[in-house]
Amino acid sequence: MAVADHSHDHHDDHHDHGEFIAHHFDSPEQQFDSGKLGIWLFLVTEVLFFSGLFVAYTLYRNHHPEIFDQAHVYLNKYLGGLNTIVLLFSSLTMALGVRSAQLGKNKSCGIYVLITMVCASMFLGVKAVEYSHKWDMGILVRSAFDFTYTHPDQTIISGLSNYLVYLSVIPLLLLVGFIITSVVFRLIDKAVWSKFWMGMAITVGGYFLGVVIGYLFMAAKIGEAKHAYIEPVRPIALYAMTQDTDHAKEDHAKSDHVKGDGHDKDHDDEHDDEHHDAAHANGEHHDDHGHGEHHGEIPEFDRNVGTFFSIYYCMTGLHAIHIIAGIIALGWLYFRCLNNHWRSDYFGPVDYVGLYWHLVDLIWIYLFPLLYLID
Amino acid sequence: MADHHDDLPKFCHPVPTKLLFGVFFALIFLTILTVVVSALAGSMGIPSAFMFPIAMTLATAKAFLVCAFFMHMWWDKSFNVIAFLSSLLFVSLFICMTLMDTGHYQSTIESYDVNQMPGVAELESEPAE
Repeated sequence: MAVADHSHDHHDDHHDHGEFIAHHFDSPEQQFDSGKLGIWLFLVTEVLFFSGLFVAYTLYRNHHPEIFDQAHVYLNKYLGGLNTIVLLFSSLTMALGVRSAQLGKNKSCGIYVLITMVCASMFLGVKAVEYSHKWDMGILVRSAFDFTYTHPDQTIISGLSNYLVYLSVIPLLLLVGFIITSVVFRLIDKAVWSKFWMGMAITVGGYFLGVVIGYLFMAAKIGEAKHAYIEPVRPIALYAMTQDTDHAKEDHAKSDHVKGDGHDKDHDDEHDDEHHDAAHANGEHHDDHGHGEHHGEIPEFDRNVGTFFSIYYCMTGLHAIHIIAGIIALGWLYFRCLNNHWRSDYFGPVDYVGLYWHLVDLIWIYLFPLLYLID
Repeated sequence: MADHHDDLPKFCHPVPTKLLFGVFFALIFLTILTVVVSALAGSMGIPSAFMFPIAMTLATAKAFLVCAFFMHMWWDKSFNVIAFLSSLLFVSLFICMTLMDTGHYQSTIESYDVNQMPGVAELESEPAE
Protein backbone atom coordinates (compact mmCIF):
# COMPACT_ATOMS: atom_id res chain seq x y z
CA MET A 1 0.00 0.00 0.00
CA ALA A 2 1.33 3.36 -0.97
CA VAL A 3 1.68 5.59 2.02
CA ALA A 4 2.38 9.23 1.41
CA ASP A 5 4.55 10.86 3.97
CA HIS A 6 2.73 13.98 5.01
CA SER A 7 4.50 14.36 8.29
CA HIS A 8 6.05 17.68 7.33
CA ASP A 9 2.97 19.30 5.86
CA HIS A 10 -0.06 17.60 7.35
CA HIS A 11 -1.12 20.74 9.20
CA ASP A 12 -1.73 22.48 5.89
CA ASP A 13 -3.80 19.62 4.54
CA HIS A 14 -7.35 20.66 3.82
CA HIS A 15 -8.78 17.25 4.76
CA ASP A 16 -8.65 15.64 8.11
CA HIS A 17 -5.73 13.59 6.88
CA GLY A 18 -3.63 11.71 9.35
CA GLU A 19 0.00 10.86 9.00
CA PHE A 20 -0.52 7.74 6.95
CA ILE A 21 -3.59 8.48 4.90
CA ALA A 22 -2.61 8.16 1.26
CA HIS A 23 -3.60 11.19 -0.78
CA HIS A 24 -5.95 9.28 -3.07
CA PHE A 25 -8.27 8.36 -0.21
CA ASP A 26 -10.92 10.72 1.08
CA SER A 27 -11.04 9.41 4.58
CA PRO A 28 -9.36 6.92 6.90
CA GLU A 29 -12.46 4.78 6.62
CA GLN A 30 -12.23 4.59 2.84
CA GLN A 31 -8.58 3.65 3.06
CA PHE A 32 -9.30 1.00 5.67
CA ASP A 33 -12.18 -0.53 3.69
CA SER A 34 -10.15 -0.64 0.48
CA GLY A 35 -7.29 -2.38 2.23
CA LYS A 36 -9.65 -4.79 3.90
CA LEU A 37 -11.31 -5.76 0.63
CA GLY A 38 -7.85 -6.24 -0.85
CA ILE A 39 -6.71 -8.55 1.92
CA TRP A 40 -9.92 -10.58 1.76
CA LEU A 41 -9.44 -11.08 -1.97
CA PHE A 42 -5.86 -12.12 -1.29
CA LEU A 43 -7.12 -14.64 1.26
CA VAL A 44 -9.51 -16.01 -1.36
CA THR A 45 -6.56 -16.66 -3.68
CA GLU A 46 -4.73 -18.29 -0.78
CA VAL A 47 -7.64 -20.64 -0.11
CA LEU A 48 -7.79 -21.57 -3.78
CA PHE A 49 -4.00 -21.99 -3.82
CA PHE A 50 -4.15 -24.50 -0.96
CA SER A 51 -7.24 -26.16 -2.35
CA GLY A 52 -5.15 -27.81 -5.09
CA LEU A 53 -3.28 -29.71 -2.39
CA PHE A 54 -6.50 -30.52 -0.57
CA VAL A 55 -7.83 -31.96 -3.83
CA ALA A 56 -4.70 -34.11 -4.19
CA TYR A 57 -5.23 -35.30 -0.63
CA THR A 58 -8.93 -36.02 -1.12
CA LEU A 59 -8.42 -37.94 -4.33
CA TYR A 60 -5.60 -40.03 -3.00
CA ARG A 61 -7.36 -40.79 0.24
CA ASN A 62 -10.56 -41.59 -1.59
CA HIS A 63 -8.95 -44.04 -3.95
CA HIS A 64 -6.26 -45.46 -1.66
CA PRO A 65 -7.48 -45.35 1.94
CA GLU A 66 -5.16 -48.28 2.80
CA ILE A 67 -2.08 -46.11 2.18
CA PHE A 68 -3.31 -43.59 4.73
CA ASP A 69 -3.92 -46.28 7.32
CA GLN A 70 -0.34 -47.45 6.93
CA ALA A 71 1.30 -44.06 6.74
CA HIS A 72 -0.27 -42.23 9.66
CA VAL A 73 1.55 -44.34 12.25
CA TYR A 74 4.68 -42.37 11.32
CA LEU A 75 3.09 -39.08 12.32
CA ASN A 76 3.25 -38.08 15.94
CA LYS A 77 -0.20 -36.76 16.80
CA TYR A 78 0.98 -35.30 20.09
CA LEU A 79 3.56 -33.11 18.37
CA GLY A 80 0.87 -32.13 15.88
CA GLY A 81 -1.49 -31.32 18.75
CA LEU A 82 1.20 -29.29 20.48
CA ASN A 83 1.71 -27.29 17.30
CA THR A 84 -2.04 -26.74 16.97
CA ILE A 85 -2.17 -25.25 20.45
CA VAL A 86 0.88 -23.07 19.76
CA LEU A 87 -0.77 -21.73 16.60
CA LEU A 88 -4.13 -21.17 18.31
CA PHE A 89 -2.37 -19.26 21.05
CA SER A 90 -0.56 -17.14 18.46
CA SER A 91 -3.94 -16.40 16.89
CA LEU A 92 -5.22 -15.22 20.25
CA THR A 93 -2.25 -12.89 20.76
CA MET A 94 -2.66 -11.63 17.19
CA ALA A 95 -6.33 -10.81 17.84
CA LEU A 96 -5.32 -9.07 21.08
CA GLY A 97 -2.66 -7.16 19.12
CA VAL A 98 -5.29 -5.96 16.64
CA ARG A 99 -7.44 -4.83 19.54
CA SER A 100 -4.53 -2.90 21.06
CA ALA A 101 -3.77 -1.24 17.74
CA GLN A 102 -7.43 -0.24 17.40
CA LEU A 103 -7.24 1.40 20.80
CA GLY A 104 -3.95 3.09 19.87
CA LYS A 105 -1.96 1.18 22.47
CA ASN A 106 1.24 0.74 20.51
CA LYS A 107 3.26 -0.68 23.36
CA SER A 108 0.94 -3.55 24.17
CA CYS A 109 0.37 -4.12 20.46
CA GLY A 110 4.14 -4.54 20.07
CA ILE A 111 4.24 -7.07 22.91
CA TYR A 112 1.37 -9.09 21.43
CA VAL A 113 2.92 -9.05 17.96
CA LEU A 114 6.23 -10.18 19.46
CA ILE A 115 4.53 -13.09 21.27
CA THR A 116 2.82 -14.02 18.00
CA MET A 117 6.18 -14.08 16.22
CA VAL A 118 7.76 -16.18 18.96
CA CYS A 119 4.89 -18.69 18.72
CA ALA A 120 5.30 -18.81 14.94
CA SER A 121 9.00 -19.63 15.35
CA MET A 122 8.18 -22.20 17.99
CA PHE A 123 5.85 -23.84 15.52
CA LEU A 124 8.72 -24.04 13.04
CA GLY A 125 11.02 -25.44 15.72
CA VAL A 126 8.60 -28.27 16.52
CA LYS A 127 8.17 -28.84 12.81
CA ALA A 128 11.96 -29.08 12.40
CA VAL A 129 12.06 -31.82 15.06
CA GLU A 130 9.28 -33.66 13.25
CA TYR A 131 10.83 -33.33 9.82
CA SER A 132 14.33 -34.30 10.89
CA HIS A 133 12.99 -37.33 12.72
CA LYS A 134 11.27 -38.48 9.53
CA TRP A 135 14.33 -37.83 7.41
CA ASP A 136 16.35 -39.96 9.83
CA MET A 137 13.91 -42.75 9.17
CA GLY A 138 14.30 -42.35 5.41
CA ILE A 139 10.76 -41.04 5.13
CA LEU A 140 10.87 -38.63 2.25
CA VAL A 141 8.77 -37.81 -0.75
CA ARG A 142 7.75 -40.73 -2.95
CA SER A 143 10.64 -40.54 -5.40
CA ALA A 144 13.25 -40.23 -2.69
CA PHE A 145 11.68 -42.55 -0.13
CA ASP A 146 14.65 -44.35 1.31
CA PHE A 147 14.15 -47.72 2.92
CA THR A 148 17.84 -48.39 3.44
CA TYR A 149 19.28 -45.41 5.18
CA THR A 150 18.70 -46.43 8.74
CA HIS A 151 19.51 -49.74 10.23
CA PRO A 152 16.80 -50.65 12.75
CA ASP A 153 19.41 -51.31 15.40
CA GLN A 154 20.62 -47.77 15.29
CA THR A 155 18.35 -46.01 17.67
CA ILE A 156 16.93 -43.32 15.51
CA ILE A 157 15.37 -41.55 18.41
CA SER A 158 18.38 -41.24 20.66
CA GLY A 159 20.87 -38.47 20.15
CA LEU A 160 20.62 -35.38 18.09
CA SER A 161 19.55 -35.75 14.51
CA ASN A 162 22.08 -34.52 11.96
CA TYR A 163 19.28 -33.09 9.89
CA LEU A 164 18.05 -31.10 12.86
CA VAL A 165 21.52 -29.63 13.25
CA TYR A 166 21.62 -28.66 9.56
CA LEU A 167 18.13 -27.16 9.76
CA SER A 168 19.12 -25.14 12.82
CA VAL A 169 22.17 -23.55 11.22
CA ILE A 170 20.18 -20.78 9.52
CA PRO A 171 18.22 -19.81 12.66
CA LEU A 172 21.46 -19.89 14.64
CA LEU A 173 23.18 -17.53 12.17
CA LEU A 174 20.10 -15.28 12.23
CA LEU A 175 20.08 -15.28 16.01
CA VAL A 176 23.73 -14.26 16.22
CA GLY A 177 23.31 -11.71 13.41
CA PHE A 178 20.25 -10.11 15.00
CA ILE A 179 21.89 -9.83 18.41
CA ILE A 180 25.01 -8.24 16.90
CA THR A 181 22.90 -5.83 14.83
CA SER A 182 20.90 -4.90 17.89
CA VAL A 183 24.04 -4.19 19.89
CA VAL A 184 25.50 -2.12 17.05
CA PHE A 185 22.36 0.02 16.87
CA ARG A 186 22.43 0.42 20.64
CA LEU A 187 26.00 1.71 20.37
CA ILE A 188 25.09 4.31 17.74
CA ASP A 189 22.06 5.42 19.80
CA LYS A 190 19.28 4.19 17.56
CA ALA A 191 17.05 2.81 20.25
CA VAL A 192 14.10 1.84 18.03
CA TRP A 193 16.23 -0.12 15.60
CA SER A 194 18.06 -1.76 18.47
CA LYS A 195 14.75 -2.84 20.03
CA PHE A 196 13.49 -4.08 16.70
CA TRP A 197 16.49 -6.33 16.07
CA MET A 198 16.40 -7.55 19.65
CA GLY A 199 12.75 -8.46 19.05
CA MET A 200 13.75 -10.39 15.95
CA ALA A 201 16.46 -12.18 17.95
CA ILE A 202 13.83 -13.15 20.54
CA THR A 203 11.66 -14.38 17.69
CA VAL A 204 14.39 -16.64 16.38
CA GLY A 205 14.97 -17.76 19.97
CA GLY A 206 11.41 -19.08 19.79
CA TYR A 207 12.59 -21.53 17.16
CA PHE A 208 15.08 -23.04 19.58
CA LEU A 209 12.45 -23.12 22.30
CA GLY A 210 10.26 -25.08 19.88
CA VAL A 211 13.12 -27.46 19.10
CA VAL A 212 13.74 -28.12 22.80
CA ILE A 213 10.03 -28.58 23.59
CA GLY A 214 9.51 -30.80 20.57
CA TYR A 215 12.52 -32.86 21.52
CA LEU A 216 11.44 -33.27 25.14
CA PHE A 217 7.94 -34.14 23.98
CA MET A 218 9.28 -36.83 21.73
CA ALA A 219 11.68 -38.16 24.37
CA ALA A 220 8.87 -38.34 26.93
CA LYS A 221 6.65 -40.14 24.47
CA ILE A 222 9.40 -42.64 23.72
CA GLY A 223 10.21 -43.13 27.39
CA GLU A 224 6.63 -43.95 28.27
CA ALA A 225 5.91 -46.29 25.38
CA LYS A 226 9.22 -47.35 24.00
CA HIS A 227 8.10 -50.53 22.38
CA ALA A 228 4.98 -49.18 20.83
CA TYR A 229 6.86 -46.26 19.46
CA ILE A 230 9.72 -48.12 17.90
CA GLU A 231 7.67 -50.79 16.29
CA PRO A 232 6.61 -49.01 13.13
CA VAL A 233 10.13 -47.70 12.65
CA ARG A 234 11.62 -50.47 10.56
CA PRO A 235 12.75 -49.01 7.32
CA ILE A 236 14.98 -51.97 6.53
CA ALA A 237 12.11 -54.39 6.97
CA LEU A 238 9.97 -52.12 4.89
CA TYR A 239 12.66 -52.25 2.28
CA ALA A 240 12.85 -56.02 2.43
CA MET A 241 9.18 -56.35 1.78
CA THR A 242 8.99 -53.96 -1.06
CA GLN A 243 12.21 -54.51 -2.94
CA ASP A 244 13.41 -57.60 -4.65
CA THR A 245 16.83 -56.94 -6.01
CA ASP A 246 20.39 -58.13 -5.64
CA HIS A 247 21.16 -54.92 -3.88
CA ALA A 248 18.43 -55.62 -1.39
CA LYS A 249 19.84 -59.06 -0.87
CA GLU A 250 23.19 -57.63 0.13
CA ASP A 251 21.55 -55.37 2.61
CA HIS A 252 19.53 -58.16 4.06
CA ALA A 253 22.56 -60.34 4.40
CA LYS A 254 24.23 -57.71 6.52
CA SER A 255 21.39 -57.53 8.97
CA ASP A 256 20.21 -60.38 11.14
CA HIS A 257 16.87 -58.79 11.15
CA VAL A 258 15.67 -60.13 7.88
CA LYS A 259 15.99 -63.79 7.07
CA GLY A 260 15.30 -66.13 4.24
CA ASP A 261 16.16 -63.92 1.33
CA GLY A 262 17.12 -66.76 -0.93
CA HIS A 263 13.65 -68.21 -0.64
CA ASP A 264 12.15 -64.86 -1.09
CA LYS A 265 13.89 -64.28 -4.36
CA ASP A 266 12.98 -67.68 -5.74
CA HIS A 267 9.43 -67.42 -4.65
CA ASP A 268 9.02 -64.11 -6.30
CA ASP A 269 10.43 -65.23 -9.57
CA GLU A 270 7.99 -68.09 -9.64
CA HIS A 271 4.98 -66.09 -8.73
CA ASP A 272 5.72 -62.90 -10.51
CA ASP A 273 3.54 -63.45 -13.47
CA GLU A 274 0.63 -64.89 -11.57
CA HIS A 275 0.27 -62.52 -8.71
CA HIS A 276 1.25 -59.03 -9.73
CA ASP A 277 -2.11 -57.65 -10.53
CA ALA A 278 -2.44 -54.35 -8.74
CA ALA A 279 -0.06 -51.53 -8.00
CA HIS A 280 0.18 -52.47 -4.35
CA ALA A 281 0.57 -56.19 -4.87
CA ASN A 282 4.27 -55.98 -4.04
CA GLY A 283 3.98 -55.48 -0.32
CA GLU A 284 1.36 -58.11 0.32
CA HIS A 285 2.94 -60.59 -1.99
CA HIS A 286 6.32 -60.41 -0.36
CA ASP A 287 4.89 -60.52 3.05
CA ASP A 288 2.86 -63.61 2.31
CA HIS A 289 5.64 -65.56 0.78
CA GLY A 290 8.95 -64.38 2.11
CA HIS A 291 8.59 -63.08 5.63
CA GLY A 292 6.25 -65.26 7.51
CA GLU A 293 8.98 -65.62 10.12
CA HIS A 294 8.30 -62.13 11.41
CA HIS A 295 5.26 -63.44 13.28
CA GLY A 296 3.17 -60.58 12.06
CA GLU A 297 5.04 -57.99 14.12
CA ILE A 298 5.62 -55.84 11.07
CA PRO A 299 2.57 -54.25 9.55
CA GLU A 300 2.07 -54.80 5.87
CA PHE A 301 3.52 -51.83 4.12
CA ASP A 302 2.89 -50.57 0.72
CA ARG A 303 5.54 -48.88 -1.35
CA ASN A 304 3.07 -46.16 -2.19
CA VAL A 305 3.25 -45.00 1.40
CA GLY A 306 5.76 -42.55 -0.08
CA THR A 307 2.98 -40.85 -1.99
CA PHE A 308 1.24 -40.02 1.27
CA PHE A 309 4.43 -38.36 2.42
CA SER A 310 4.74 -36.43 -0.83
CA ILE A 311 1.34 -34.96 -0.03
CA TYR A 312 2.27 -34.52 3.61
CA TYR A 313 5.47 -32.61 2.78
CA CYS A 314 3.76 -30.44 0.17
CA MET A 315 0.92 -29.48 2.48
CA THR A 316 2.90 -28.91 5.66
CA GLY A 317 5.83 -27.42 3.70
CA LEU A 318 3.66 -24.88 1.94
CA HIS A 319 2.05 -24.10 5.27
CA ALA A 320 5.50 -23.63 6.84
CA ILE A 321 6.45 -21.22 4.03
CA HIS A 322 3.34 -19.24 4.89
CA ILE A 323 4.43 -19.18 8.53
CA ILE A 324 7.81 -17.76 7.51
CA ALA A 325 6.11 -15.12 5.34
CA GLY A 326 3.85 -14.37 8.29
CA ILE A 327 6.86 -13.84 10.57
CA ILE A 328 8.33 -11.34 8.09
CA ALA A 329 5.03 -9.45 7.89
CA LEU A 330 4.71 -9.50 11.67
CA GLY A 331 8.27 -8.17 11.95
CA TRP A 332 7.21 -5.19 9.86
CA LEU A 333 4.22 -4.63 12.20
CA TYR A 334 6.53 -4.87 15.19
CA PHE A 335 8.79 -2.17 13.76
CA ARG A 336 5.82 0.12 13.21
CA CYS A 337 4.54 -0.60 16.72
CA LEU A 338 7.89 0.59 18.05
CA ASN A 339 7.45 3.76 16.02
CA ASN A 340 3.98 4.35 17.53
CA HIS A 341 2.25 4.37 14.17
CA TRP A 342 -1.11 2.89 15.16
CA ARG A 343 -4.12 4.99 16.09
CA SER A 344 -7.80 4.21 16.23
CA ASP A 345 -8.26 5.65 12.74
CA TYR A 346 -5.16 3.97 11.35
CA PHE A 347 -4.63 0.34 12.30
CA GLY A 348 -5.29 -1.28 8.92
CA PRO A 349 -1.94 -3.08 8.46
CA VAL A 350 -2.27 -4.81 11.84
CA ASP A 351 -5.76 -5.94 10.90
CA TYR A 352 -4.66 -7.17 7.46
CA VAL A 353 -1.63 -9.10 8.67
CA GLY A 354 -3.84 -10.44 11.45
CA LEU A 355 -6.33 -11.75 8.89
CA TYR A 356 -3.52 -13.43 6.98
CA TRP A 357 -2.20 -14.93 10.20
CA HIS A 358 -5.62 -16.30 11.14
CA LEU A 359 -5.93 -17.86 7.69
CA VAL A 360 -2.63 -19.69 8.21
CA ASP A 361 -4.06 -20.90 11.51
CA LEU A 362 -7.30 -21.88 9.76
CA ILE A 363 -5.45 -24.03 7.24
CA TRP A 364 -3.59 -25.78 10.05
CA ILE A 365 -6.92 -26.43 11.79
CA TYR A 366 -7.84 -28.58 8.79
CA LEU A 367 -4.38 -30.06 8.16
CA PHE A 368 -4.08 -31.38 11.69
CA PRO A 369 -7.02 -33.83 11.66
CA LEU A 370 -6.51 -34.67 7.99
CA LEU A 371 -2.87 -35.68 8.35
CA TYR A 372 -2.31 -36.60 11.98
CA LEU A 373 -5.60 -38.05 13.14
CA ILE A 374 -6.27 -40.71 10.54
CA ASP A 375 -7.66 -43.81 12.18
CA MET B 1 -21.02 -7.14 20.70
CA ALA B 2 -17.94 -5.01 20.28
CA ASP B 3 -16.85 -2.65 22.99
CA HIS B 4 -18.67 0.60 22.83
CA HIS B 5 -16.27 3.49 22.46
CA ASP B 6 -17.85 6.79 21.49
CA ASP B 7 -14.55 8.35 20.54
CA LEU B 8 -13.58 5.63 18.04
CA PRO B 9 -14.27 5.87 14.32
CA LYS B 10 -17.15 3.68 13.24
CA PHE B 11 -14.98 1.23 11.26
CA CYS B 12 -13.01 0.46 14.40
CA HIS B 13 -14.48 -2.44 16.39
CA PRO B 14 -12.25 -3.59 19.21
CA VAL B 15 -13.39 -7.06 20.23
CA PRO B 16 -13.83 -7.45 24.00
CA THR B 17 -10.89 -9.25 25.60
CA LYS B 18 -13.25 -11.63 27.39
CA LEU B 19 -14.73 -12.77 24.10
CA LEU B 20 -11.26 -13.34 22.60
CA PHE B 21 -10.18 -15.46 25.56
CA GLY B 22 -13.49 -17.32 25.50
CA VAL B 23 -12.99 -18.16 21.83
CA PHE B 24 -9.42 -19.25 22.52
CA PHE B 25 -10.45 -21.65 25.29
CA ALA B 26 -13.27 -23.01 23.13
CA LEU B 27 -10.72 -23.67 20.39
CA ILE B 28 -8.39 -25.47 22.80
CA PHE B 29 -11.32 -27.51 24.09
CA LEU B 30 -12.30 -28.52 20.56
CA THR B 31 -8.69 -29.44 19.71
CA ILE B 32 -8.43 -31.68 22.76
CA LEU B 33 -11.83 -33.15 21.96
CA THR B 34 -10.67 -33.96 18.42
CA VAL B 35 -7.55 -35.76 19.69
CA VAL B 36 -9.46 -37.61 22.42
CA VAL B 37 -12.22 -38.74 20.08
CA SER B 38 -9.62 -39.94 17.58
CA ALA B 39 -7.68 -41.82 20.29
CA LEU B 40 -10.71 -43.38 21.95
CA ALA B 41 -12.82 -44.02 18.88
CA GLY B 42 -12.33 -47.77 19.14
CA SER B 43 -13.21 -48.07 22.82
CA MET B 44 -16.18 -45.73 22.54
CA GLY B 45 -17.63 -47.89 19.81
CA ILE B 46 -17.73 -45.16 17.17
CA PRO B 47 -17.63 -46.79 13.73
CA SER B 48 -14.52 -45.73 11.86
CA ALA B 49 -16.66 -44.50 8.98
CA PHE B 50 -17.95 -41.73 11.27
CA MET B 51 -14.49 -40.59 12.31
CA PHE B 52 -13.81 -38.51 9.25
CA PRO B 53 -17.11 -36.58 9.36
CA ILE B 54 -16.70 -36.05 13.12
CA ALA B 55 -13.15 -34.73 12.72
CA MET B 56 -14.22 -32.44 9.89
CA THR B 57 -17.24 -31.14 11.83
CA LEU B 58 -15.04 -30.29 14.79
CA ALA B 59 -12.50 -28.61 12.48
CA THR B 60 -15.28 -26.61 10.85
CA ALA B 61 -16.58 -25.52 14.24
CA LYS B 62 -13.07 -24.29 15.05
CA ALA B 63 -12.82 -22.58 11.66
CA PHE B 64 -16.13 -20.83 12.34
CA LEU B 65 -14.90 -19.51 15.69
CA VAL B 66 -11.65 -18.24 14.16
CA CYS B 67 -13.41 -16.61 11.19
CA ALA B 68 -16.26 -15.06 13.11
CA PHE B 69 -14.40 -13.62 16.09
CA PHE B 70 -10.64 -13.59 15.51
CA MET B 71 -11.09 -12.42 11.93
CA HIS B 72 -13.93 -10.04 12.86
CA MET B 73 -16.21 -11.51 10.24
CA TRP B 74 -19.13 -11.15 12.60
CA TRP B 75 -18.86 -7.36 12.33
CA ASP B 76 -17.38 -7.16 8.85
CA LYS B 77 -19.02 -5.87 5.68
CA SER B 78 -21.17 -8.58 4.14
CA PHE B 79 -19.42 -8.16 0.81
CA ASN B 80 -16.13 -9.31 2.34
CA VAL B 81 -17.85 -12.24 3.98
CA ILE B 82 -19.52 -13.27 0.73
CA ALA B 83 -16.23 -12.95 -1.17
CA PHE B 84 -14.47 -15.22 1.30
CA LEU B 85 -17.24 -17.79 1.56
CA SER B 86 -17.52 -17.94 -2.22
CA SER B 87 -13.95 -19.27 -2.27
CA LEU B 88 -15.16 -22.22 -0.22
CA LEU B 89 -17.90 -22.80 -2.78
CA PHE B 90 -15.29 -22.99 -5.52
CA VAL B 91 -13.09 -25.29 -3.44
CA SER B 92 -16.00 -27.69 -3.00
CA LEU B 93 -16.74 -27.55 -6.72
CA PHE B 94 -13.08 -28.24 -7.42
CA ILE B 95 -13.04 -31.27 -5.12
CA CYS B 96 -16.39 -32.66 -6.32
CA MET B 97 -15.57 -32.33 -10.00
CA THR B 98 -12.19 -34.02 -9.69
CA LEU B 99 -13.64 -36.76 -7.49
CA MET B 100 -16.39 -37.46 -9.99
CA ASP B 101 -13.92 -37.42 -12.82
CA THR B 102 -11.37 -39.74 -11.26
CA GLY B 103 -14.17 -41.93 -9.95
CA HIS B 104 -15.11 -42.65 -13.53
CA TYR B 105 -11.77 -43.98 -14.66
CA GLN B 106 -10.35 -45.32 -11.38
CA SER B 107 -11.55 -48.84 -12.12
CA THR B 108 -9.71 -48.74 -15.44
CA ILE B 109 -6.50 -47.75 -13.68
CA GLU B 110 -6.87 -50.45 -11.08
CA SER B 111 -7.58 -53.18 -13.61
CA TYR B 112 -4.54 -52.23 -15.65
CA ASP B 113 -1.60 -54.54 -15.18
CA VAL B 114 1.39 -52.31 -14.57
CA ASN B 115 3.80 -55.17 -15.19
CA GLN B 116 2.65 -55.47 -18.75
CA MET B 117 3.96 -52.02 -19.52
CA PRO B 118 7.14 -52.11 -21.59
CA GLY B 119 10.22 -51.51 -19.48
CA VAL B 120 8.59 -51.99 -16.08
CA ALA B 121 10.25 -55.33 -15.42
CA GLU B 122 13.69 -53.79 -16.00
CA LEU B 123 12.87 -50.82 -13.80
CA GLU B 124 11.65 -53.01 -10.96
CA SER B 125 14.86 -55.02 -10.93
CA GLU B 126 17.12 -52.00 -10.63
CA PRO B 127 18.40 -51.13 -7.18
CA ALA B 128 16.34 -48.31 -5.80
CA GLU B 129 19.08 -46.00 -4.67
